[in-house]
Amino acid sequence: MTKNETLIAYLLRLGDNALVLGQRLTEIVASGPELEEELANANLALDYLGQARMFYSYAGELEGKGRGEDDFAFLRDEQEYQNFLIVEQPNGHFGDTIARQVLFDMFYGLQLEALMACSDERLAQIAAKSAKEIRYHLRHGGQWLVRLGDGTEESHRRITKSVHELWRYTGEMLSGDEVDHAMKKEWNGPNLERLKGEWLKEVASILEKATIPLPDEQWMADGGKKGHHTEHFGFMIAEMQFMQRTYPGASW
Amino acid sequence: MTDKNWPLYEVFIRSKSGLSHRHAGSVHAADDQMALDHARDVYTRRSEGVSIWVVRSSEIVASDPEDSSALFEPAADKIYRHPTFYEIPDGVENL
Repeated sequence: MTKNETLIAYLLRLGDNALVLGQRLTEIVASGPELEEELANANLALDYLGQARMFYSYAGELEGKGRGEDDFAFLRDEQEYQNFLIVEQPNGHFGDTIARQVLFDMFYGLQLEALMACSDERLAQIAAKSAKEIRYHLRHGGQWLVRLGDGTEESHRRITKSVHELWRYTGEMLSGDEVDHAMKKEWNGPNLERLKGEWLKEVASILEKATIPLPDEQWMADGGKKGHHTEHFGFMIAEMQFMQRTYPGASW
Repeated sequence: MTDKNWPLYEVFIRSKSGLSHRHAGSVHAADDQMALDHARDVYTRRSEGVSIWVVRSSEIVASDPEDSSALFEPAADKIYRHPTFYEIPDGVENL
């Protein structure tokens, strides 16, 4: 893998995470529990979609084969997506969505902050812009996690279950593969060992505030970075890509 | 779950540094912090502001419309309270 290929692969993963989570949140647009929360959710979804566009367009430029953001988003097959499994998990109930947000954004925020110091200037700039948005996401999701965890008996029970069921998907975010290692070596990318420590510390701290017990060490699912997805993913991208596949090249 | 509605907050936005906060509208929110976030999401999506105040609507003391004749009508015939009532004498440059 050349230095350039490493960067492209890494950008596509960043784009995939953002796109897939943005698509998931878009699915629940118009079903927020309150009007204000509805708008908050749509804002989050738009932030991720905007970030995905920046990562994809840059990857396309570097690749130089004429592929653009739409080609990456709408014309690749399931196995070509290398997003984390956690972002493709179904929305479930409101607590499931919030737990997914906090567990992922806590990692993504740290990842973006680390990327602000990488040796590719444009990625560093995209990371700086996105990190601000994710800080806000964490503020929003974190407050809900604490409110639900430290809320009623029912909300505590349900959000605890959400966090514990999603926990198995957190392992692959924190363990590096060849692309992560190459990214660190060649582009001064994130040090996942260090990120893992920081992530655990911050997650433990917010779970404590939310009175949610920290899940035990357990078996961790992985495969997202290899393009092996959970069964939910195919349905999700089928819906996402339907229009572009049925009417290729259609535009507004 | 309780079925209690979230309290209402009034939202004030300062559009630029130096200007005063102006009433923008209201939001429902579970607590003060969330009210700020909701106000941010609802009223500053298009760069409308640099600062937000939220205050519980129930904390606002408002005048009673029934009192309006006593409160506001007496000012109606006191035209000398308006600067336009006065003529500026010739030769005065700054007043």
